[in-house]
Amino acid sequence: MSMNDLYIISTAILISASCGVLGVFLILRKMAMVGDAISHAVLPGIVLAFLFSGSRDSVTVLIGAMILGILASILIEVIHKKARLQEDAAIGVTFTWLFALGVILISVFSRQIDLDQDCVLYGEIAYVPLDLVFSGSGINLGPRALWVAGGLFLAVVAFVFVGYKGLQITSFNEEFAVSLGISAMVWHYALMGMVSAVTVASFEVVGAILVVALLVGPAASAYLLSKRLPAMLALTVFFGVLSSVSGYYLAKYLEGSIAGAIATMTGFWFAVSFAISKIKKPKSLDVKKPRISAGL
Amino acid sequence: MESLLNFFSFQDPNVQLVVLGMLFISLSSSMVGSFAFLQKKSLVGDAVAHALLPGIAIAFMLTGSKNPWVLIVGALFSGWVSILIMDLLTKRSKLKMDTSIALVLSVMFGLGILLLTHIQHSDFGNQSGLDKFLFGNAASLNLTDVQAFGFVTLIIVVLVGVFYREFKLLAFNYDYAKTIGLPVKTMSFVMNTLLVLAITTGIQAVGVVLMAALLIAPAAAAKTWTHSLSKMIGIAMIFALFSSLLGSFISYTQANMPTGPWIVVILTLFTLLSLLFAPKRGAFARMKRQRKNSLKINTENFLKALYHLGEKEGAQLDWFQINAVLEQRSFNKVTLKRTLTNLSKKRNLVLDQNRVKLTKAGEVEAKRVVRLHRLWELYLTSRMHFKSDHIHSNAETVEHIITPEIEKELIKELGSPLLDPHSSKIPYSNEHE
Repeated sequence: MSMNDLYIISTAILISASCGVLGVFLILRKMAMVGDAISHAVLPGIVLAFLFSGSRDSVTVLIGAMILGILASILIEVIHKKARLQEDAAIGVTFTWLFALGVILISVFSRQIDLDQDCVLYGEIAYVPLDLVFSGSGINLGPRALWVAGGLFLAVVAFVFVGYKGLQITSFNEEFAVSLGISAMVWHYALMGMVSAVTVASFEVVGAILVVALLVGPAASAYLLSKRLPAMLALTVFFGVLSSVSGYYLAKYLEGSIAGAIATMTGFWFAVSFAISKIKKPKSLDVKKPRISAGL
Repeated sequence: MESLLNFFSFQDPNVQLVVLGMLFISLSSSMVGSFAFLQKKSLVGDAVAHALLPGIAIAFMLTGSKNPWVLIVGALFSGWVSILIMDLLTKRSKLKMDTSIALVLSVMFGLGILLLTHIQHSDFGNQSGLDKFLFGNAASLNLTDVQAFGFVTLIIVVLVGVFYREFKLLAFNYDYAKTIGLPVKTMSFVMNTLLVLAITTGIQAVGVVLMAALLIAPAAAAKTWTHSLSKMIGIAMIFALFSSLLGSFISYTQANMPTGPWIVVILTLFTLLSLLFAPKRGAFARMKRQRKNSLKINTENFLKALYHLGEKEGAQLDWFQINAVLEQRSFNKVTLKRTLTNLSKKRNLVLDQNRVKLTKAGEVEAKRVVRLHRLWELYLTSRMHFKSDHIHSNAETVEHIITPEIEKELIKELGSPLLDPHSSKIPYSNEHE
């Protein structure tokens, strides 16, 4: 394994772990498609912040994207609740609209902006080792993207560590959370903000749509095999690592896009986990237990 | 202006092709999209659009041909596989619908990208042009494409025409369709096939990501304007066609302007405007209705409070301090002002600084509200066997809804009663004290 392999794989692992951990909460809240929508909707935010700050890797871009991500989730809520459009359509209309605006902005300001559609859609993790960070005395500190991914991972870990209780309770039982005085709305938008941040930070590396594979794939695989939240989180990270490593070598073998291969492998490992869940649990036990519903 | 004429006179053969292609795409996607929308399957459409890529790539790898028919067959196949997988995961695992959709969407798309990049890096001959499926390029449609679109559109229109009744039932009431013995599985199969077909053509104009908009937005806009399905499909088509013509025009006149995103932005604008301003079902129309309703209720409540006061004092048509009325029933400041303005405008009330007085007309109206309240309370206790301490809040709501016809029925049913369950007098409008 060369140094380049190591750089790319570790970047992929850090990103898939960050996405996966947030994905766990998205899945539990039945908001996987909202995550998908946000990953598209941040595009105009990135472009505008890019124009404003003049560079692609700045805090401004991160903030721009977070604002757009939260805005998109508010817009979905408003169109669904106030304009009474069914939820699936509200999601579909919002993200396509914002994504289209983003593409138009890129075309209008194509001279000022070094972003293209390919990069937006599937990123290019293969270039990670080309953009290195050097210390003041000229020592090679490794790729910039690796540092970004590391920082991102720490931020996600801190977020989940601090907000574990709030996220857990609001994900499983919103009414109970409210009765304990925990604001479901605060955690909802905090999660949306984090998803937007992760999306943007992963943008260059894996692109808008493959972020979704990393948000959903490992978490869905873990969901099938675990009954408790801590186990699900740990398994998610495990599946993320597995997909990153196997995806990297698949891409090398086929000479194809690394991000595409990692997404493909999340699907493969999901299939494995699906098979295990079927073998582990004989069909007769698969019958849903009657749920005790409150009040009725 | 000149470019406008150039474009819309359709003399440029390129423009003719593009316009014809967009016409077919708008027709097929808004027609199929309307059904998908009503079945709440818009995001399934989004996933299918992404999932067509691997099929297209594999079809190209196997045949080395970019003939639209070969690619359509490949797309149809992988579109179908993705629908089956989503179905399987939702039914046979504990994954919820949203996760199944997101998973299939992103993994199939990843696989597509992997295969496309693999094709680029190996010797498959001339592979350029495959990425028009990714981003769509309405401006570069050629004759073979447009012919294929035309044929696909024809298939869709004919099948929707033949199975219109069945599709309609399926979209509005799946369970009912099943009970009356409709072959729902076959029908769903046909409809899903049409969905995949429409998406296959649509993505060549607007690309994978924005395809969902072409399916959903016209239907969502059209639904705010009509209740009838056939009208809804018609309106959706008009929205789609108009937006795609305008979008094509913009990219025709402006160099480097992408067609697909413009189509989607314009289309969504129509949708948002419809959701806000459509008569009856638009958000503003609904808000106006709600305001009108709440003003009516507040007005009736104020009259009632005033009547109760007069009943206590034994003098209906006297002057009363507003504060005394507020002791009967509290109103917030803004509501109170609006209510009083409305009442004096309707000449139900004379307003003099801090005092109010019922007019004759106002007294009639106040009596009506109080009568309805007390009649309903009596009905609840005597006919529905409610306890007399459980009826007030129900009557508070129902008194605002009872129509003159129901009032007549109530009086008849209860035999023109004089007293309510709390032994208060039920006032009738034709009596004089």
